[in-house]
Parts: sequence; C-alpha cells; structure tokens
Amino acid sequence: MPEWVDVCSIDDLQENSGVCCLVEGKQIALFYLKHETEQAVFALNNYDPIGKANVLSRGIIGSLSGEPVVASPLYKEHYSLKTGQCLEDESVAVDVYTVRLNNHRVEIQA
Amino acid sequence: MSKKTLVVIGNGMVGQNFLEGLAESAAAKEYQVVVFCEEPRVAYDRVHLSSYFSGTSAEELSLVEAGFFDSNGITLHLNDAVVEIDRDNKVIQSEQGTRIAYDKIVMATGSYPFVPPIPGYDRKNCLVYRTIEDLEAISAATQNGRVGTVVGGGLLGLEAAKAIKDSGLETHVVEFAPRLMAVQVDEGGGAMLRSKIEELGVNVHTNKNTQSIDDGEQCFHKMSFADGSALETDVIVFSAGIRPRDQLARESGLDVGQRGGIVINDQCQTSDPDIYAIGECALWGGRIFGLVAPGYHMARTVVDQLAGGDMSFTGADMSTKLKLMGVDVASIGDAHAQSQGALVYTYQNGSDEVYKRIVVSQDKKQLLGAVLVGDASGYSTLLQYCLNGIELPDEPDRLILPARSGESVGLGPDALPMSAQICSCYDVTKGDVCQAIESGCNTLPALKAETSASTGCGGCAALLKSVMDCELEKMGIEINTDLCEHFPYTRQDLYNLVRVGEITSFDELLAKHGKGYGCDICKPAVGSILASCWNDYILKKEHVGLQDTNDTYLANMQKDGTYSVVPRIAGGEITASDLVTLGQIGQKYGLYTKITGGQRIDFFGARLEQLPLIWKDLVEAGFESGHAYGKSVRTVKSCVGSTWCRYGVDDSVGMAIRLENRYKGLRAPHKIKFAVSGCTRECAEAQSKDIGVIATEQGWNLYVCGNGGMRPRHADLFATELDDETLIKYIDRILSLYVRTADRLQRTSVWMENMEGGLDYLKSVVIDDKLGICDELEAQMHHVVDTYQCEWKTTVEDEEKVKRFRFFVNSDQADDNVVFIEERGQIRPAREEERAHIKAVGV
Repeated sequence: MPEWVDVCSIDDLQENSGVCCLVEGKQIALFYLKHETEQAVFALNNYDPIGKANVLSRGIIGSLSGEPVVASPLYKEHYSLKTGQCLEDESVAVDVYTVRLNNHRVEIQA
Repeated sequence: MSKKTLVVIGNGMVGQNFLEGLAESAAAKEYQVVVFCEEPRVAYDRVHLSSYFSGTSAEELSLVEAGFFDSNGITLHLNDAVVEIDRDNKVIQSEQGTRIAYDKIVMATGSYPFVPPIPGYDRKNCLVYRTIEDLEAISAATQNGRVGTVVGGGLLGLEAAKAIKDSGLETHVVEFAPRLMAVQVDEGGGAMLRSKIEELGVNVHTNKNTQSIDDGEQCFHKMSFADGSALETDVIVFSAGIRPRDQLARESGLDVGQRGGIVINDQCQTSDPDIYAIGECALWGGRIFGLVAPGYHMARTVVDQLAGGDMSFTGADMSTKLKLMGVDVASIGDAHAQSQGALVYTYQNGSDEVYKRIVVSQDKKQLLGAVLVGDASGYSTLLQYCLNGIELPDEPDRLILPARSGESVGLGPDALPMSAQICSCYDVTKGDVCQAIESGCNTLPALKAETSASTGCGGCAALLKSVMDCELEKMGIEINTDLCEHFPYTRQDLYNLVRVGEITSFDELLAKHGKGYGCDICKPAVGSILASCWNDYILKKEHVGLQDTNDTYLANMQKDGTYSVVPRIAGGEITASDLVTLGQIGQKYGLYTKITGGQRIDFFGARLEQLPLIWKDLVEAGFESGHAYGKSVRTVKSCVGSTWCRYGVDDSVGMAIRLENRYKGLRAPHKIKFAVSGCTRECAEAQSKDIGVIATEQGWNLYVCGNGGMRPRHADLFATELDDETLIKYIDRILSLYVRTADRLQRTSVWMENMEGGLDYLKSVVIDDKLGICDELEAQMHHVVDTYQCEWKTTVEDEEKVKRFRFFVNSDQADDNVVFIEERGQIRPAREEERAHIKAVGV
C-alpha cells in the first residue's frame, strides 16, 4: 500500500470546483463536490491528454447521467471523476488517485 | 457538342432571377449565355429602392453575388443595349457594336415610368422613380428644394413620396383618381390610408388633373389643375404607372399588344418561338404583371422550357401586402367586389385606424378578395382561404372582427392543402415544406436553407413556422429545447425563473428547478443569467464554480494553459503615456504583444500565478478589465470622427467611449461588439457589429444584429437620425431584451433571425413599446450600469481571491509543461516536439 501523503488543508479546496497540487513531481487536480448534505473529494491527473496541457483542475465539474465529471477547459471533453475515463473517447483516460479527508486535511495515495 | 447561344436582354430583377434559375438547371450545360444590361450596374432590388434614401447603398441593393457571372461562364455586356434583332439571320446587334448569332433570346427588358404629356413635363427637376440613377437625380434635386410633389398616388408613388419626405421636404401627392392606390384598395380603405398618410405629414390631393407646369413664384414650378387650383413645388416626381419596354420587340416585328407589351403564350414564347419574354415587358392574356413574383414565375417557366420541361405560366395572383410609410396595406384577389353576386363585409375602427374588408361568394363559402389597411396581420390566412378555395367558417366576418374572447379564427396550418403556396417569392408549397421536414429539417434555419422559403421578403416566416410546428407534432417529434439534463427549461425560461423567483445562486435554482449537480452547459449559462440579473461579483464563493475557465480566472486561456490579458481601452483611444505604461508592463512579465481587431492590446503568455501581479500593476496604472474573457460587452470600435477627420460629421470617438463605459461588464448570452463611425464612409465597420452606430448630419443611425466572423451578417438599420439620449435609450432596451430572450451562446444575429416578426417586431417592442415593457428593460440596464465594478480591481484587493491564482496549492513551483520559444523578437508556446526536446536536454 502506498503511503498517505498530506497535501493541503480542506480550506485550500474550492467548493464545486478544482485546484491543483504537486505530489512527488506529479500534477494532481483535486475536485471538491459539495451539494446539500453530500460531499466528496476526487483526484485526477492534471494533464489533459487531448489538449496536451496541464489544465484539468481548471475545468467545470458537474454530473452527466449521474456520473460526476470534469469538463476540460480547452476542448470540453468530459472525464469521469471516479474512473478518469473520457466520456467522448473510449481510448482516452487519465489517472485517478485515492484521496481522503483526514481531520480537515487532504491526503492522497499517489 | 458545341453549345447553343442564348442571349438575355436585360438584367433587372426578373432577368437575374432567370439567370440564377438557369445556372442551377440541366439546361445550363447546353447554352452559352450572353447578357446585355443597359444600366451601368447589374441587377438590384427595385422593390426596396426607397431604402436607398435611408442609407442603404447601391452595393447593398445589388442582387448579384460577387463572381456570379464568371463562375457560371456567363458573358456580361454592361452599359450596352441590344438595338436590333435580325430574326431572319438570327443575329442581334448591340448599341456598342457587338454582333452575336443566337439560337434563343430571352427578353427581360422590364418597363419604364409613364410620364403624362402635360405641358412642361420636361422641365428641369421633373423626374421619375425607377432606377438608382433616378434616385440619385431626386436626391440631388431635393438638396436645394423646399417642396416636393409626386404625381401618382399608387404603390410606387407613395414609395416615392416617402423618399421625398425622408429628404426633409414638404411633401405632396397628387392623384388623378378619387383615392390613393385605386387599383388595390376600395374607397373605404383608400380613405383610411389617406388619413394615416396625412398624419405622417404628407399632403394628399385627389381628383386632381394636372393641366400644365410653369414657373412658380415661391417655388421653382407651379402646377395648375383642371379645377382651377394650383400647387407650387420645387421638385416633381412622376409615378403615374409603368409601360412595358417593347420598342425592340416592336421593331423586330414581334406581336405587341394594343396598349403595349410583348405578347406571350403560356410557355412565355413571343410570336417567334425562339424568343421568350418575361417580366413587366410581357403581355399575357391581355395583362401586364407589375409585380416581381409573377415575373419570377415566368422566369422559372422559361428555364423549364429550355430544359425540355412542360411548365407553363397561366396567370398569377396579384395579391400584395406592403408597408407604405409604416402603414400596413394589403390587397387580395377581387378587392373591388366585381364578381357577380359578391357579398362584402367591412370592419372599420376609427380609433385604431384599422380598415378591413372581405369579399365573399354569394353562398358565403369562398373568399374572393380582401382589403386591409392599418393592420395586415390577417393577410396570410385570408390569402390561403382565397387561393386554395378553402371553405369559409359560418360567419365569415369573424375573420376580420377583433377576437374579443381570445378565440382564434386563424386558419390552422393543418387546413391548408399540400398545394398551398407558403412562400410566394420562391414558390414554395406546403408540400415542399413537409417533404423537407420529413427529410430531417427540424428547425427554422434548416428549413429555410433547404427550401429557400422565407428567405426573400420574409413575409411568410410566421406561417412557415406554424406549418413546421404542426407537421413535427403530427410526426410525433418532440423538439427538446431543454438546456441540458439538469434543467428541463430553455435559457429564456431559466432567466424568468431567476428573475421572478429572485433566485441569487446556482444551488438555489438547482434545488428548486433542477436535478443532479449541473454541468459545463448549465453552470456557465446560469452564471451568466445571475450576472445579467443581479450583477454580483462573479468570483463570489457561490458563483466561482459556475464560470467557464476564462471567467474564473478573468483572462483567456490559450492552448498551452497560459492566459492572455486585455485591459480596456475604451473606444480605442489611448494616451501615449498609457501606451508606454502598457509597454513597460508587457516587458516586465515578458509577454507576447499583439494589437486586437477591437482596437486594444492583447498580452499573451501570462502564467496563472502571474495574472494577479500583472493586474495589480495595471490597476495601479489606472487600467480596468477589458472583459475579453466574458460573454459580455467587448469593445466599441471607432473611427477618429469629426474631431480630426475632414469628412467626419460627429464625434464618433466620444460616443464610442460613452457607450463602452456605459455597457462595460454587461454579461449576456454571448459576446457583444459595438462600433461607431463618424460618417457614412463607415471606417469603423459598424454594420458588421451587434450594435453599430453611424453619424449623419441629422443624428445617429442605429444598426443592430450584425456579425463578422464565421457567419457574417449585415446589420439591419433599426432607427435613423437619433439624438444621443434616444440612441442610448434604444440600445438599453435592445440589449436588455436580448439578455432576456436569447438562447445560450446565441449571438444577436441569430437571435434576430429566429425572432418571429424579425426587425419589425423588434422595432415595435423597442420603439413603440408594444409589450409595455420598455420601462422594465431600461430599469434592468440601469441596474447593471449602476452596479458596475472592475472585477480585477475587486480581485487584486482581496487576498483570499488572489490565492485562487496559485498554480499549486501546496508548492510555489511553476507548471514545467509551459515552455516558450522566441520568434520574431517575442515569445511563443513551444510546439510539442520542441517541448519534448527542451525538457530532455534540461534547458
């Protein structure tokens, strides 16, 4: 099991939006979904494999048919926040990471 | 196979329509086409000729697409008339000396204005109204005149009167008959028309038989009438009817009618089967057809004949609907109730100045004719009843009485037979429309593109839409206009829900009216609606996640994830010292610099974390956000105007700055561009903008809903000769209405094209306040203007907000994937292979 790495405070996250962190040389986009009583944090690689730039943390998040997604800010493809799968192109996916909230801190297994 | 030669004589509206039809026909391959056009310019729109006086240029009136003749291999002889047809040897001779052997000829020589042989008719400043050259002559004559008079109160005469009125002259119409538009309307309609036109400041004199024109005392001319009265005037325009131009046919020995007109048969052939005649020069069944639609029908007939078809021309409906000086007038079929046993119903409303009359058959089953003055909204329905012989309802007068209880007496599109003509300009039937819908044209734009219906005068747009809606419903096709899966509403619905429910956040709207989490479609759309309505700071915690990346970071993301930065330079006016400051800031951050099309300066290559630093410097130097990142008002482009320019007639830069400062920050369904030109030379290209303003000697002319870019659209002239306050009032109202009613990401051009009733409807709402909402629209704009803030100023002053621009929340490093290369003395993003190389060698 990889170790949990402490990344930042929950206050560094942006509700219903994304931020980016650097963990062991990897750019990781953190998305904080918060609706009424639900809340969840997702972690995806920040690199947009179609737009070829580190931008996914700056996309809009939401849901498509119930699946939480982020839309790339460059060309608007959607990636599942749970699996990293690109919804528009089966052959494209980005890495996802396990993330948890621990006492007001965000931790990641990268 | 060598081609046969087809000579087309005349390039007016009908001649050109023939050429276009031929170019698309199978017959095009068989003929080498040679066109002779006597006028110095190719075909133009004579129907809308009077718009020349309200600013439409000769080029804009042109009906010929650039390159049309070349791309279709047609030889054009401009400024050259055919003077002889040698039918024995089948050769024509032109005025300029060209001789050509022909196989077929199509004569489309049109008509000329009839000038009654009154003594003095050939004096100076006695003119006619037919060609652009005539208009130029009228325009020149009115420059020095005070009073203008039109002889003839028919359709064209009233058009000419409008032109004279628009030139600022005291205007008179002199008519021989007892009423105006004697051919099309009856006595009651004529009286109503007269009173409406007199209200507009035009003096109408009926029953006047002009005896002579001599020198006047106060004016240049004095017209003396048979009843002993007289009228002094500086300019006279004759518009006493048209006569077919049949002289060439006459000299060539073709049959012509007793009162003129080249005799044609049902195939549009003259007495020489190799020579056709179409349009106003042709006489069919003893009649001349002085409208464009029958001319087009003749043109189609000849194209079909040449292609070996069997189409024929067997007369045409002469019903018309038009707007004369803003007054709706329509005439259908037997307007004068001359049919045997015809019964007449009349409705007259003196207070609203509406006159309606229908003529029905003795058994009250068929509509034979109608006259409408003041309100022609029932025209389409009545015309369909008349043309298709649809049985009338039990009480036919219901068709013209106002609906008192909300009942609809309109003819449902379902009642129309398949043969019913929907669009008379392009002869599109209901059957054609239904076929297009079946093949998948489910939207109005698609249907227009496929069938051409409603792309001519546009008068049938509402009918076309109702046919489409009805057919789609019958086919069980539900048009889903939901914004996305989260909101079962259109953007306009959501706008109303937000405004009426005073909803101030996305979460609140989603909880009340939506489902799921939202998405990249509905979030920015709702963000924009909230901004339009309440004008909150868009980076407030509850709004920030709604914005597209450009709005989130108040800058424009480029392909490598860096941003461009555009400070506002209102009207494109900037001091030298501000320019130096911008240069220094660009230099300090090593940015790529380019001048934009909107007359400002764009900095590229700004990293996310640099944005607040750059803007801190810009704000300190007095610059504001240019909102280049938002679906909002962008720039107001201007020319230098009367301040410096030798030709400028008003201060276009001053007005541009005033407009830009008023509307800056307004968020809308899409971006909005403005321009202001200081004279009609139009250096600011205002007619390609959403809002275009052009200075004239008499005030500002306002153009709306133009567009450049991928789908260029020429802006529509909305209002003329406005003072500053009225101009701004109209723009306030138009933009507020656009914000309220447009679809998501719909530019004003498409908004206009999809608006039922189009430009006239927009005018009625904005100028006449037809919906009674103008106060509300203005209040809405005042709120946005009063609550303006520079988003960048607010942002750099708030440390919490600045934190959002960190690239990493847990590190000060920069994105190592952003790599620049120098080119032409500036940076540019490295291409993928360059980037890989640079990273590998660790430069």
